[in-house]
Amino acid sequence: MTAALFVFYVLAIVTVAAAVMVIAARNPVHSVLFLILAFFNSAGLFLLTGAEFLAMALVVVYVGAVAVLFLFVVMMLDINFVQLREGFLQYLPVGVLVGVILLAELVLVLGTQAFAPGETAATAAAVPAQLTNTEALGRLLYTEYFYLFQAAGMVLLIAMIGAITLTLRHRPDARRQDIAAQVHRRREETLEVRKVRPRTGI
Amino acid sequence: MALSIPLSHYLTLAAILFTLGVFGIFLNRKNVIVILMSIELLLLAVNINFVAFSAQLADLAGQIFAMFVLTVAAAEAAIGLAIVVVYFRNRGSIEVEDINVMKG
Repeated sequence: MTAALFVFYVLAIVTVAAAVMVIAARNPVHSVLFLILAFFNSAGLFLLTGAEFLAMALVVVYVGAVAVLFLFVVMMLDINFVQLREGFLQYLPVGVLVGVILLAELVLVLGTQAFAPGETAATAAAVPAQLTNTEALGRLLYTEYFYLFQAAGMVLLIAMIGAITLTLRHRPDARRQDIAAQVHRRREETLEVRKVRPRTGI
Repeated sequence: MALSIPLSHYLTLAAILFTLGVFGIFLNRKNVIVILMSIELLLLAVNINFVAFSAQLADLAGQIFAMFVLTVAAAEAAIGLAIVVVYFRNRGSIEVEDINVMKG
């Protein structure tokens, strides 16, 4: 067993174990933490294949943004998780059935397929020889896949706008600063000069 | 770069992860947040397949596509969690079985 294979097995086993814990953990906070573990190990697997940029993007995007978002939502909502666990085992048989069928089909596909001998002839974007992974990806992304890159940016923008409009709520009871009203205040409305005689009061 | 690990190893791992994701959706029928996490697992399995094939065939297009999958997954998580938050604010629960108000 080579060192690379050993590393692969370690990362793969931890990834699968973490994925099992994601769906089986009693507490959703633990689920999120196991999801982070699974993503970290997948980033390691990506590194093993030489996809360095994608590995780092996985850590930044998933661990840094998506998983933290999940963590925020899980902790922000006051949810009775015990109640949500009711009937947990009710769907176990059908879940196992679907899972086994799916896995069997996937393994069947894996076992029967093979590459044609000259498969690399149909390469869409060959890996350049003297470039790092990040530089090669960048050269490809900003030239050949530029419109797709822009479309991905649009997807993110629309997702951001959608998330904001969904969760933004106008609260009439909140006290806000109204700058126009402050600027248009006049002295007569706010200040009154009284002449106060000694020992009388107002 | 040629793959030092057989492609079938990666494909098997991705198949197991994908199955676990589908299984998670069935197992946690009530908890929307765990269902969203299961979807993330499914997309991760797809990404592993893309990257493994990309390395095997020495073709960068697979990694580019995996990056777009990553983008869409991030957008989906943001929108999904926003919907969960709004739903919780209105109904005080995130049980999937309660989400049938729009049945008509």
